[in-house]
Amino acid sequence: MANSNDFDRIGRASRSRRALVRAITYFLLTFWALMVLFPYYWMLLTSVKSYSAYNSEYVPTFFTLSPTFENYASAFSEVPLARYFMNSILFTVVTTALMMLVIVPAAFAFARLEFRGKNLVFSLFLALMMIPNELVIITNYQTITGWGLRNSFAGLILPSVTSVFYIYLLRENFAQIPDELYNAAKVDGTTDLKYLTRVMMPICKPTIITIVILKVIECWNSYVWPRLVTDDPAYFLVSNGIQEIRENGFGRENIPAMMAAVVVISVPLIALFLIFRNKVMAGVSRGGIKG
Amino acid sequence: MANKANNLKGWLYLLPAILFLGFFMVYPLVDVFIYSFEEGYNSASQTFFGVGLYNYSYVLHDPYFLQALKNTFILVVITVPLSTVIALLISVGLNSITPLKKLYQTVYFLPYVTNTLAVGLVFMILFKKTAYTDGLANLILAWFGKGPVDFIDGPYWAKMFVLCFYTIWAVMPFKVLILTSALASVNQDYYNAAKVDGTSPFRVFRKITLPMISPMIFYLVITGFIGAFKAYSDAVALFGTNLNAAEMNTIVGYVYDMLYGDSGGYPSYASAAAILLFAVVFTITLINLSISKKNVHY
Amino acid sequence: MKVVLQNLTKKFPSRNKKSGDEVIAVNNFNFEIPDGKLIGLLGPSGCGKSTALNLISGLIEPTSGKIFFGDDDVTHLPPENRGVGLVFQSYALYPHLTVKQNIMFPLQNLKGSERPSREEMERRVLEAARLVQIEALMDRKPGEMSGGQQQRVAIARAVVKMPKVLLLDEPLSNLDARLRLQTREEIRRIQRDTGITTVFVTHDQEEAMSISDMIVVMKDGVVQQIGRPQDVYDSPVNLFVSKFLGTPPINVFEGKVGGGRLHIGGEAVLDVPGAPDGSVFVGIRPEGFVLDENGPFTCQLTGVEVMGRDISVVCRHAANAQTAAIRAIISAENRPKDSAKDVRFALKPYKVFLFGRDSEERIEFQTPKR
Repeated sequence: MANSNDFDRIGRASRSRRALVRAITYFLLTFWALMVLFPYYWMLLTSVKSYSAYNSEYVPTFFTLSPTFENYASAFSEVPLARYFMNSILFTVVTTALMMLVIVPAAFAFARLEFRGKNLVFSLFLALMMIPNELVIITNYQTITGWGLRNSFAGLILPSVTSVFYIYLLRENFAQIPDELYNAAKVDGTTDLKYLTRVMMPICKPTIITIVILKVIECWNSYVWPRLVTDDPAYFLVSNGIQEIRENGFGRENIPAMMAAVVVISVPLIALFLIFRNKVMAGVSRGGIKG
Repeated sequence: MANKANNLKGWLYLLPAILFLGFFMVYPLVDVFIYSFEEGYNSASQTFFGVGLYNYSYVLHDPYFLQALKNTFILVVITVPLSTVIALLISVGLNSITPLKKLYQTVYFLPYVTNTLAVGLVFMILFKKTAYTDGLANLILAWFGKGPVDFIDGPYWAKMFVLCFYTIWAVMPFKVLILTSALASVNQDYYNAAKVDGTSPFRVFRKITLPMISPMIFYLVITGFIGAFKAYSDAVALFGTNLNAAEMNTIVGYVYDMLYGDSGGYPSYASAAAILLFAVVFTITLINLSISKKNVHY
Repeated sequence: MKVVLQNLTKKFPSRNKKSGDEVIAVNNFNFEIPDGKLIGLLGPSGCGKSTALNLISGLIEPTSGKIFFGDDDVTHLPPENRGVGLVFQSYALYPHLTVKQNIMFPLQNLKGSERPSREEMERRVLEAARLVQIEALMDRKPGEMSGGQQQRVAIARAVVKMPKVLLLDEPLSNLDARLRLQTREEIRRIQRDTGITTVFVTHDQEEAMSISDMIVVMKDGVVQQIGRPQDVYDSPVNLFVSKFLGTPPINVFEGKVGGGRLHIGGEAVLDVPGAPDGSVFVGIRPEGFVLDENGPFTCQLTGVEVMGRDISVVCRHAANAQTAAIRAIISAENRPKDSAKDVRFALKPYKVFLFGRDSEERIEFQTPKR
């Protein structure tokens, strides 16, 4: 049997080992946090360096003593950043709103209504969930071109409106609402539409908010489809705007101005995220099945 | 009679969804296969010469496609395992602390809500070597006495390195989020039981933590494979739209370039390439699923 | 191995961060658990009994005070060095491992000279499995077993490394009523067979009384009474303990002591020589009532509950100090007439306890020899 001194020693050793592990953990976590944050810092830093100051730095400096906001001015005046911005907002708002108009009734029909062929259609919908965007985008491009909708908001928005996955997500949530509620509403003479808007949607508000947030992120960052159907800068979204700025804007590589544009483009979503942090993270981990 | 009214109502509620899906998913899905077999299709006149496998053969012999295939495979093989392992380490660390946990989680999630193109531009600047500056990456290399390398317009390995680095940076938020919540949902009693039994931390990780979250790890690996095979905008963000010239094209990039862009309007080739891509993704997913069935417990 | 708790205290920061108050989960524990005994830590939920168990296991460190195993101070020793076996309320069996792998798990943690050979491990695992009678289920996974079987595996896993102290946290709470009876006998048997000092936590007084060598009754982090179950039942130190033990529970009345006699509702019901004058709570065990037509204690009869051998006479009384009705357990042969309005009882003096009206502490009086 070991004596008390040994026990003391073991106790102390295990405590100091725990402290060491903790220190290493924090060090590594902080290291990765800096890796994540650094590009943002660099983006902000560069955006407040003046053009001449930036270009005279052969060795980049990690801070600046004379910040300037002229780059933000030129980001809005020399390239149509405000237009890209407005286009993106318009695109995001309209697409998300239209999508809700399409998926809410569909989810309601699948969750609540009884009609012939429901199960068959639902199975087909589920099968569609596995179809990646890249396969259908080719024909969609041809379709939109054929309808003469290139360089138009209709062309941008229409193919982005539906999402089988969100219909599925919402249906699952709707289906969890007990039948008793529906029957009670029926007895009171509530119409289906009223039941949907007054009962089901308020109960499923968290899911609806999740879907809206996910869709807004998706719209704001979408690049591939807008790139295909627009080549007129009047219809560029922010992603295409960045690419355009990079390749043709600001004349000779005005990197500080580019960074100012990038900051302006990144701020809305980051702000939205910081406000709705918990909802966004819960939504992404729940809805993350979408590859 | 009421039944008939109900039927009608059900379909009415579904109508918008069916219309949109019909036009933009079902029809294109059928059409893409038709396109891929129509030889010599002309977008302008909407005519074709014959039916056969020529499009596939063309794509498979196109050096641009082979380059894209090679790039995509390298990207997949490097980023999927690496990002999963790093995400696992971070999540385990994150799960073991209490103070500042929320702050770290928030920071780690930022890339998910940032425009890929936007941050890609920042990465480009960090790694690019121009006449005016060697860039920050080279500054750090210089501290270790290594010569300047142009990561954006320079040698192939350097460009691939940046692409992999950026891809890992960008996919990390999702993986960390999923793994952190998987870890948090493991019953604390298991860890207490192991502690009382004097289980070493490494053994706890290998014998308890890993098996308990293995379903989520496999889920991440599978979605990681699918996502990495579809890589495109990351490459565009770093190397610009002319990916073929930069030798950095991906399969998806090849599909889009075929559809529209510098090579101009070949939907048949694009379709063939897209179908080839999904054959590959599908096969690998099946392999992944069969492996995971064998290794994921309970 | 005897276990000694010395001035053991554990405070937790309050959940309400702003108030800055602390919750004292375990308040100044002092007691000794004798070697090789089965001890029940008993109390209502939230009384700190699980905290006490976790302090002994080493999963949490005390705010102050000491814990000794034998003569060794283990207060700051991490759990793995204490040699304790712990059975969790949820069992905490690893779902991906078979029964055999689960039981073997603690042995595989051992390192160096302590690590038994492969054959030795197999032997000990089998021995532990035999002890809890699950040797036929060695290749099952926990998900394929019933709650009772999982419980046995959890015990086997805890005893396989021959712990000095075995700790069980609410071991029976996840089992159905029938299994609970069976399993508590099983725990008693396993403890006797192995002779390991065992502490278990429960909120069920019947469970604790039926198998423990000694029970520790707790309330709000403070030990109320320690003793053999029968002793505690027969001689509770305060109103709380008297109410906590026994089914049906003790009947409590408001009463007065005057001149060595106990009055309830105006009637002088019992001689209580030696008790000081004043207001009291009177606790009368259900089995303390004797039907007696000339008895001094009158209650209004509201019903009779049949239990077979015994009956429970349910009554009302104006001085009743509890919300539940008064229950008197008497032999079924003496069943009162259903038409009777009142019943009269005599009281067994040693089944009657007096408690101070304010302190709720026991007031002793001299009882005649039984």
